[in-house]
Amino acid sequence: MLEDLSQYILDIAENSAKANARQVLIELIVDNSKNLVVLRVLDDGCGMDEDLLKKVEDPFTTTRKERRVGLGIPFLKQAALACEGFFKITSERGKGTIVEAGFRKDHVDCPPLGDIASTIATLIMGWPDCRWIFHYELDDSSFTLDLDDLLGYLEDRELLKSPKVVLWIKEYVQENISLLHGKEGGDGIA
Amino acid sequence: MVLPKIRNLEDLRKLKEEAKDLTSARSGGRKKIIVGMGTCGIAAGAREVMTAILSELDKRGIKDVAVETTGCIGMCQHEPLVDIIRPGEPRVTYGNVKPEDVSRIITEHLINGNIVWEKVIGRTD
Repeated sequence: MLEDLSQYILDIAENSAKANARQVLIELIVDNSKNLVVLRVLDDGCGMDEDLLKKVEDPFTTTRKERRVGLGIPFLKQAALACEGFFKITSERGKGTIVEAGFRKDHVDCPPLGDIASTIATLIMGWPDCRWIFHYELDDSSFTLDLDDLLGYLEDRELLKSPKVVLWIKEYVQENISLLHGKEGGDGIA
Repeated sequence: MVLPKIRNLEDLRKLKEEAKDLTSARSGGRKKIIVGMGTCGIAAGAREVMTAILSELDKRGIKDVAVETTGCIGMCQHEPLVDIIRPGEPRVTYGNVKPEDVSRIITEHLINGNIVWEKVIGRTD
């Protein structure tokens, strides 16, 4: 199992990037009135056919050749179900994949938010050609980071390979998440 | 109380100028750092190693290095894994890398060319 939501996001989004996604939308929605945390990763990657989709929640399924187990998706599913949440994966060959996990927020096993900013920075550094969109909703407030907006200022995708730029984006995400939590009287899910 | 300055997307225009000399290193012959970012790597702390690498490169103003990630390569027990590639030299794989090892690997190996043997788990000649 992984430690927190930010690590699950990194893991699932890495799958999207490896599936040749051009665009990946990461949604994290915290709804206190519904006592619910929902994580969604939507990509336009290669998708899976029905056969693979049926098997993908099984730890002994992987497309990798280096070893015979794949733990990413089973981990997330187990984490979600462990706190009375839900897990759903939808995919179509050639269209993309949607991974969705829900957690009961006040459940003792509900994973903390973790370091979302480092996750976003790592994804951008590793896959600068992908359009990363991160949307975080905390009750009535929200923050969205769209890599295309940033590129409007940077004007050069090559700059996403610069540690200075990626570290700036990391701090930017961190600040905006803190602001959102501040508005809610510090009660995020971290 | 002085409120900290909040980052604004406009700042990226300034940053663009600072980061620009990166473009001079675009073509081949660059040094490379590759961090394993499979499920096993993430669980072992690869993301924190990645952040430490970015900070070290930024702190030292090193620009001729490409930082990349890769998936699981089947040596999960040695994660986090970091590969250092210097043009014309064997590719060296470091294992069980912690954020505090990053500074040494970058200064001694990546910059000065001296392999940090005690952390090495593989080498391709």
